Amino acid sequence: MSEHIVSKTIYFLIFGALMVLTVVTYWVALYDFGAMNVVIALAVAVTKAVLVVLYFMHVRYSTRLTKIVVIAGFFWLSILVVLTLSDYFTRPATSGVGGVPASTGTR
Amino acid sequence: MAEAVHSTTEHPASAHAALQHHFENMEQQREAGTLGMWIFLVTEIMFFGGMFMAYILYRSYNADAFAAASNALNVKMGFANTIVLICSSLTMALAVYYSQVGKRMMIVVMLILTMILGTTFLVVKAFEYYDKYEKNEIPGRLFPSRPFKWGEAGHGSPAKEPARDGSTERNPQSVQTGQEQKPDTNLASRVEMFFFIYFAMTGLHALHMVIGLGMLIVLTIMAWRNRFSPEYHSPVELGGLYWHFVDIVWIFLFPLLYLLGAHGVSGGGH
Repeated sequence: MSEHIVSKTIYFLIFGALMVLTVVTYWVALYDFGAMNVVIALAVAVTKAVLVVLYFMHVRYSTRLTKIVVIAGFFWLSILVVLTLSDYFTRPATSGVGGVPASTGTR
Repeated sequence: MAEAVHSTTEHPASAHAALQHHFENMEQQREAGTLGMWIFLVTEIMFFGGMFMAYILYRSYNADAFAAASNALNVKMGFANTIVLICSSLTMALAVYYSQVGKRMMIVVMLILTMILGTTFLVVKAFEYYDKYEKNEIPGRLFPSRPFKWGEAGHGSPAKEPARDGSTERNPQSVQTGQEQKPDTNLASRVEMFFFIYFAMTGLHALHMVIGLGMLIVLTIMAWRNRFSPEYHSPVELGGLYWHFVDIVWIFLFPLLYLLGAHGVSGGGH
């Protein structure tokens, strides 16, 4: 078998890292960093997701074809987010989203 | 097997019983299965991605209401559930490991542990949902006797959460650059939107957990009947991929839903 078997040690190391990062994400949220709160929360979440994908889901040891599919999936998701936001964030500030007023109740 | 390359409709008797006729060998079959599972998971990324997109938009327009509503969620339960799910991911990964090295009893034990942890998650989630029901925080009028309410004395009002840094709390409305100061009805409808998104996302996630638990039952029975071996364990491997994906969704949901206002409502301006 050419299948790569990830050792138990690596699984427990990744598990420990995920636990630590979970505490970090909670602890950071208790402090007000302004706009950085979102950035930090997302950075921690993305780090955890990457650890899970690479090691728990074995993508690091998968075929190139699998890797391309995974990367393409997240790339397409980024197209959704970037194009949608480039629309909404260039609209006049008064318009709300989907019938819920932004702040002034103009709709 | 290399000599028999193009007579693939029949495998020699020495081939593994689980080898399907359209694959050359077990390795090709396993890799094809992994690829197919990932293509399915990519569609799941898009499925949840649309909801995350809705979340991003509504939150960017209603940061104050989302922070206030986020404080009404039970952070302790959310945190505990995050820990529970990460533990279940570890036991699932270990189940895959033991299937690769061919330890039947350990596969069964790890799969059962994973099921126990997954069930724990759902039970905690059920308590959270019931709490929302009791506090009239189910959006819309799903329960006619308990229509959505927000900002009344006793619960859920943004003023209930004290600012932890001791600074004087700002009125969430003043964070907005609104020309006219609208009263609570506006805030309530925007908070309700948070709860729509909260229930849609956590509900869809919980549905995936339920499906995952059903899958784990099947895998446990298969493992018990000794269907897996180091040569053939793709079902455990692919089930693991699904379970870890559901875990990843929660890894994003926890900070995005529960921790928005943890540092005090005054931080609602991001």
